[in-house]
Amino acid sequence: MLSKRVIPCLDVRDGLLTKGIKFAGNKDIGDPVESARRYYEEGADEIVFYDITASAEARGIFLDVVERVAEQIFIPFSVGGGISSVPQMREVLLAGAEKVSVNSAAVQNPRIIGEGAAAFGSQAIVVGMDVLAVPASEAVPSGYEIVIHGGRRRTGLDAIAWARRCQELGAGELCVNSIDADGTGDGYELALTKAVARAVSIPVIASGGAGEPRHMYEAVSEGGASAALVASIVHFGQYSIRDCKEYMASRGAKMRLTW
Amino acid sequence: MLAILDYGAGNQTSVRRALEHLGIPCAVTADTAVAESAGGIVFPGVGAAGQAMTILRQSGLDGILRRAAGRGQPLLGVCLGCQILLEESEENNTKTLGVMPGICRRFEDNLIQEDGSPAPVPHMGWNSLRVRTASPLLAGIDASAEFYFVHSYYVDIAPDLVIATTMYGREFCSVYGREGLWAVQFHPEKSGRPGLALLRNFYDYCREAAHAQ
Repeated sequence: MLSKRVIPCLDVRDGLLTKGIKFAGNKDIGDPVESARRYYEEGADEIVFYDITASAEARGIFLDVVERVAEQIFIPFSVGGGISSVPQMREVLLAGAEKVSVNSAAVQNPRIIGEGAAAFGSQAIVVGMDVLAVPASEAVPSGYEIVIHGGRRRTGLDAIAWARRCQELGAGELCVNSIDADGTGDGYELALTKAVARAVSIPVIASGGAGEPRHMYEAVSEGGASAALVASIVHFGQYSIRDCKEYMASRGAKMRLTW
Repeated sequence: MLAILDYGAGNQTSVRRALEHLGIPCAVTADTAVAESAGGIVFPGVGAAGQAMTILRQSGLDGILRRAAGRGQPLLGVCLGCQILLEESEENNTKTLGVMPGICRRFEDNLIQEDGSPAPVPHMGWNSLRVRTASPLLAGIDASAEFYFVHSYYVDIAPDLVIATTMYGREFCSVYGREGLWAVQFHPEKSGRPGLALLRNFYDYCREAAHAQ
């Protein structure tokens, strides 16, 4: 049986983490390669890198980070942020990532999902969805709407319908991020995770809101997610990846505990 | 030195990086002389069986693999490499290398995992092994170790060649082989320390085999 996955997410700007990560001993690390190596050693099942760099010249710096990560960590990792074409996908996959994540670009041009899947296989294509809770309406019957550009722009797309469409177009996995829960530490938006996981057969990664290992367990049990994406819960030294995984296993989730 | 057979497989760079990390001398090569003089061959693979076979035949690399198996040069097939060492694949009904007896089959639809949850294809993620036969390839690797899988097809091979199996809706063979000719369905190059240990075991076997000659 597959293990549930714990996936730390690292935001990278101009080749550095946007915020230093506190590891054991309160050591603050700002280098994404060193941080990834530490998470790898702590038992992360996968790592996500988000490039939040805007400029084209910083793109090269980011690709260099991806290559250096690939030389040091021997688990799968995915890369997202600003990817909107097959050549851009090829760049990061050749640099050593297993998967690429597309978000706003997929909403604006859904064909990119199928093109990516045809070129690299569905397993390499993750669609990231930013979701906002709204009053249910005819256009958004689930009460969950897709937003883009970091949550600044609403699209009128229903999150559940969009999730199904992404699967049909060839996405291999969906990362479902609740804009409402993100940063609160109050737990994932479980109703959303669950609704998406029920609507599709591809794996769903729950994102946004983890403040305690309990929340991560809820995401993979009640929420039906295959993986829990984490950021501040592990970045600020509050819990290690091992703490989270051991807790989840103690509640009965199948976790990878030997590495 | 290990030769990583170069036929454009998506994971050949990852395999090279993992071996380099371990300090194992290796080369990604399509050169017959280099591959045949290597202490062992790693045969990587990602993608579709039909396309891979076309490339292998056109480049003549299929002959290197057949000869390696014939003369006992150590060989390790990885993922698609593991599948196409067999006689045929249900993936586009492809006739494959036939280095080992067996067929590669597609996972059935609607399989259910042990906890009652669905087992969608592809099988993607971390899963464990049930070791059936002790093998130097798995020496020193903890029984609870997990490996990273990404595949839609599984190998169906004679029970006496099965080294380990994995459960995903059904039990399937995840490691097979006989001495010096092994194949793994998962990606050791992406399976953390246990995967690196497996690659190290293969290299150690290759070195001992070379000394024994």
